[in-house]
Amino acid sequence: MAEEATSKNRALAHGGLATLGRLAVSIFVPLVTFVVLWGGFIFLKESKAPPALIAIIAIVWGVGGVALLFWVADWTVNRFPPAIAKRLQPFVFVGPALIILAWYLFLPTLRSLYLSFFDAQSRNFVGLANFVYAFTDPKMLESFVNNLLWIILGTGGSVGMGLLIALLADRSRAEKAFKSIIFTPMAISFVGAGVIWRFVYAYKPVGESQIGLLNALLTLFGAEPQAWITLRPWNNIFLIAILVWLQTGYAMVIISAALKGVPSSIIEAGRIDGAGELRVIGSIIIPYIFTTLVTVSTTIIIISLKIFDIVYTMTGGQYGTEVIASMQYKQMFNYYDFGKGSAIAIVLVLAVTPVMWYNLRQFSKQEGF
Amino acid sequence: MKKVLMIALIIAIVAMPIFSAGQAEKVSAQKTVTVFGAFVDEEAHRFEEAIRPFEEKTGIKVIYEGSKDFETLISVRVEGGNAPDIAGLPQPGLMLNFAEKGKLVPIWSSLGALIDKNYAPVWRDLGSYKGTTYGVFHRVNAKSFVWYPKKAWAKAGYTVPKTWDELNRLMDRMVANGHTPWAVGIESGGATGWVGTDWIEDIMLRTAGPEKYDRWVSGELGFNSPEVKAAFEVLGKIWLDPRYVYGGKNYILTTSFGDAQEPLFTNPPKAWMHRQGNFITGFFPEEVQESLEDEVGVFALPAIDVQFGIPVLGGGDQFVVFNDRPEVRQFMEFLATWESGKLWAQAGGALFPYLDQDLRAYPNAIERSLAEALVNAKVFRFDASDLMPAQVGAGTFWSGIVDWVGGKSLDAVLSDIQRSWPK
Repeated sequence: MAEEATSKNRALAHGGLATLGRLAVSIFVPLVTFVVLWGGFIFLKESKAPPALIAIIAIVWGVGGVALLFWVADWTVNRFPPAIAKRLQPFVFVGPALIILAWYLFLPTLRSLYLSFFDAQSRNFVGLANFVYAFTDPKMLESFVNNLLWIILGTGGSVGMGLLIALLADRSRAEKAFKSIIFTPMAISFVGAGVIWRFVYAYKPVGESQIGLLNALLTLFGAEPQAWITLRPWNNIFLIAILVWLQTGYAMVIISAALKGVPSSIIEAGRIDGAGELRVIGSIIIPYIFTTLVTVSTTIIIISLKIFDIVYTMTGGQYGTEVIASMQYKQMFNYYDFGKGSAIAIVLVLAVTPVMWYNLRQFSKQEGF
Repeated sequence: MKKVLMIALIIAIVAMPIFSAGQAEKVSAQKTVTVFGAFVDEEAHRFEEAIRPFEEKTGIKVIYEGSKDFETLISVRVEGGNAPDIAGLPQPGLMLNFAEKGKLVPIWSSLGALIDKNYAPVWRDLGSYKGTTYGVFHRVNAKSFVWYPKKAWAKAGYTVPKTWDELNRLMDRMVANGHTPWAVGIESGGATGWVGTDWIEDIMLRTAGPEKYDRWVSGELGFNSPEVKAAFEVLGKIWLDPRYVYGGKNYILTTSFGDAQEPLFTNPPKAWMHRQGNFITGFFPEEVQESLEDEVGVFALPAIDVQFGIPVLGGGDQFVVFNDRPEVRQFMEFLATWESGKLWAQAGGALFPYLDQDLRAYPNAIERSLAEALVNAKVFRFDASDLMPAQVGAGTFWSGIVDWVGGKSLDAVLSDIQRSWPK
């Protein structure tokens, strides 16, 4: 009896030791791996060997290092009891992404939030002063109004045009060609589009040859050339037209795919019941693809909310075309006011978040997420 | 798996000597100084040429890197702990900002003595924050100049105006002849409007004088004061009158500052005068640049109130130190001497403030006369918008000019600017 108890105790002690050892190993091995990889990184960084050679080794070291880290993590997890290992396994896969996200997205957001309560040099606590500025300054109010314009006209324009073209193309024999042409601008960056459209809107005084497309057309019909980007408040709409030009292709492609999914039997049934083409579109097709329309709209709303590149390249926010993101950039990098810049960034994040959340929900409804 | 590890190990062992050989080399490596600045392309090339004598003499390598987005990048780099050894700051506001944050190395006594010897006192003041000097000026520019097509002027019988009244009479004579006096363009991307702030500053110096100008810069004299309003009104008489400016306000607003001089060099000229800094010669059409002295004339913007004479408005890049090392100090002391500017002056396109400079080094009569005007000016003042807080000087002052030209009332524009002044 006594003997049995001791052996049981010994077994327990043995088991405890083994667990401890296992734990030590499972901490020690990844740690050593990390230190070795880091050491290699520092070594490469300090090295004065030919840059090309360093670059090649660095790529091998980096990619191999990531693979090794994954392999070590996997090995470590598998040393745990199966029940725990099963729970930990997903984190081996999703962990790096989470860490990177936290480091590059979550922490900076928190830091911006922190900075938004301090003054320009991030020294003195100023409470909500920066947010008061964000919601009362005339330039900021102008930005809010403009951003609202961007959301309504930019999203409405892109989705409306996308829907129209998708519907028309669906009925055309040259569908592929039309869609390709409309889709092409998607390949152009916002900055590139800004540069292109500067030439569309370019202005030269009367009597000089007009290098801008719009003014060339105007003068062709004998009208006076206009300085388009300075015409308030219409210049906002001229800028929004660029976004529509860029995003219509995206809306069209997604909507077009949804259109293909509308069962022809329902449409046939509608036609037999005597519905005209408009009635078919309004009462059958649009309700059927409604979730797609919402998803596309929310995506473009997010783009409109954080619009920056087009405004920056076309007007720099002058002539009454300021938007929230351009104000943020100016406060941060032109005026070095980290407090106000951060506050505007936070306002922008808060504005985007609900749309984002709704967007993701729509995606998951469609099982795309 | 084992095989792979084995191979990796072998590669590592073989590769080790190559890298460690490189590592050893580091100790005996050449001393280097890194310089980050705002001039790029041809200007960067000329800067590198100008500092070559230093490299040859001392064996120290100077690595210059320039960026068009300098003003954004330098802040990012300094904040990120990746500051260059030396940076050439085009805006004194940047220097004040870094000095306030304690990022800069104050200049040392031997360099201070050099500055006192080689520069007019105004340059030391401009490089100082709260009594401590941080910056050394190198290439500078002067802005109060009016350029004109020389041959066309001779044919039309126009002569250089000596006073503001003469200038006004000349403008009216041009209009009577069917000519448009001025070509003005203020478009400059995110910085649109600065050409206008330059004009206002030049007029402020001529109507209110240097003392009030300094008070205006420091914020004591508000934008809503009668002095500033008067300066805008003087400018408005020219800019807002479509008879005086080629293409009217649309041309002013949409034409890039570099292209704005083009109407001067058509035949016949579509505009007859252009006020801009010395750098503008680089934008003139190539055939004009080839025979600059024959094609182009230049005069200083005339005095308005004679008691202030003909002041010169300008700017310049000041070099500041982030990392204190002996070779960095050596290079800074080189920058404080005429020797560092001579080769660039010869290549053209740059003026230097050194008191002991040899004016003969400049390649043509135009640049020589500009340099002379700069060194001899009784009143020299730095571009006010570069000295004001960035919210104003690089923000509302620029956009205020744009709004005002666009048709907003002067009182509203001025009170907008005044309100944005940080308290």
